Amino acid sequence: MPTSTDTDCVIRLDSLSMLYPTKSGGTVQALDDVSLSVRAGEFISIVGPSGCGKSTLLRIIMGLSRQTSGQVTFGPSDDTHRNQLGMVFQQPLLLPWRTVRKNLLTSPDLHHARDAATHAKADELLVMLGLEEFGDRYPNELSGGMQQRVGIGRALMHDPRILLMDEPFGALDAMTRDQMGLDLLKIWDQDRKTVLFVTHSIPEAVLLADRVVVMTPRPGRLADVVEVALPRPRRLENINTPEFGEIVLKIRKLLDSEHSAH
Amino acid sequence: MSTQTLEAPANSDTLVRGRRRRVPEITYSVLVFIGLLVVWQVVVTMFDISNILVPAPTAVAGSLVDGFQDGSLLTHSVVTLKEILVGFGIAVGSALVAAVLITQFRAVERVLFPLLILTQTIPKVAMAPLLIVWFGIGISSKVLTVALIAFFPLLINAILGFRSAAYEQVEMLRSFGASRMQVMRHLQIPSALPHIFAGLEVAVILSVTGAVVAEFVGSSEGLGYLIQASNFTLDVARTFAVIVVLSAIGIALHAAVVQLGKWLVFWTATPTDTAGEV
Repeated sequence: MPTSTDTDCVIRLDSLSMLYPTKSGGTVQALDDVSLSVRAGEFISIVGPSGCGKSTLLRIIMGLSRQTSGQVTFGPSDDTHRNQLGMVFQQPLLLPWRTVRKNLLTSPDLHHARDAATHAKADELLVMLGLEEFGDRYPNELSGGMQQRVGIGRALMHDPRILLMDEPFGALDAMTRDQMGLDLLKIWDQDRKTVLFVTHSIPEAVLLADRVVVMTPRPGRLADVVEVALPRPRRLENINTPEFGEIVLKIRKLLDSEHSAH
Repeated sequence: MSTQTLEAPANSDTLVRGRRRRVPEITYSVLVFIGLLVVWQVVVTMFDISNILVPAPTAVAGSLVDGFQDGSLLTHSVVTLKEILVGFGIAVGSALVAAVLITQFRAVERVLFPLLILTQTIPKVAMAPLLIVWFGIGISSKVLTVALIAFFPLLINAILGFRSAAYEQVEMLRSFGASRMQVMRHLQIPSALPHIFAGLEVAVILSVTGAVVAEFVGSSEGLGYLIQASNFTLDVARTFAVIVVLSAIGIALHAAVVQLGKWLVFWTATPTDTAGEV
């Protein structure tokens, strides 16, 4: 059994493979031999074409799906359980009968852990997300961007060490999306959680991440891992610098060559 | 009246209340209804139509007043209302339990669901005479007819409701470590409520029909019995009076269900109406 010697490593994926049975009796390979080490506090973006298994990867880490073979190890002492993971989905998935505050309190409510401390934490999150005036509103009174902020806040409520984000801004319009990305960086900068961020957008991936994992279409393999050595804090203007353009181009070429190879 | 509608309301509060106070469609509906009553009255008086064929609205009103004064309408109403409420209650309870079992356990669904669809095709009122044979002329046969007739629309809507929660929502809760029971409590039950209330609205009206039909088939009391007795003695005004009371019961029960639904399902502006399909 491979164990991490790197003490910084919080998630280690060893030759993960995932096969789905299809209705016609065959199988679809969603992931093929994916190995990756994620360091503590690292922001990793995962890009790839639709159906390359990006979401499957996050679901396996989260424990919502079970891999066909391979292993997920949490480091450094493998004491990381589900409650140290927080997941943000593509849709906000708020419960419409709960106020914004109560949606934030979803996780403590499920663990019967709602107390003064969790209420204080919810207040703190409302301020951090710019929603302090919306705590007692219902989700249908909020815009899409605000709803997704609540979705992010809900994942942060139990203060997880690792944040898994599955195309969280995919359903938002372009301008809201840019703003949300920058806001996410600000939140991330406060306590540097480890983030795995799945996206379709290459510029978004580069703007946010320390490393960009590029995946191939079916079966999902790691094409390459691209280092993003741009200074932080990042701003939207970074997108127009030549360094940024170079990295985006490099990723695009990786994706294109994988496409033509198939 | 036209000048009143043109008035600018002072603030948003009066705007809302004002709108509610003068909904034109309702006003017109009431006026048309009163107009029809007047026409009815005039036609009956002018052509001197026999009371045995069509009684005048005033005769119906008179019969209503008489019926309540001598207590007969009230005692029979209480009997029918009891049948409706008990039968409806049984239908709600059993339909909800059945819906939970069907949606939570694959095996139950595989065995029961085809049978339920099959029994759906039986006209339930046709069962009323059998139920009288089996359970006698008393209240239990009526209660069971009501329960039978109200059960299916409730069940179908409740099944739809318990299945209506998006899979992504289930996964979201699971990602926070929710158990199956917690997914049920925090997601599937609240998601089912709009559908359940759509079913309740249909079922409550069907319950009234069920009680009356069962009483037609065989009974010694209740509003259905009273209609048959009045018809037998050619007291058509009283038949009409009973129909008015039955409508009032139906409207009141329906309104109660709608009101409860608005209160419980506050998060959807318009409850999903799946009832039409049943």
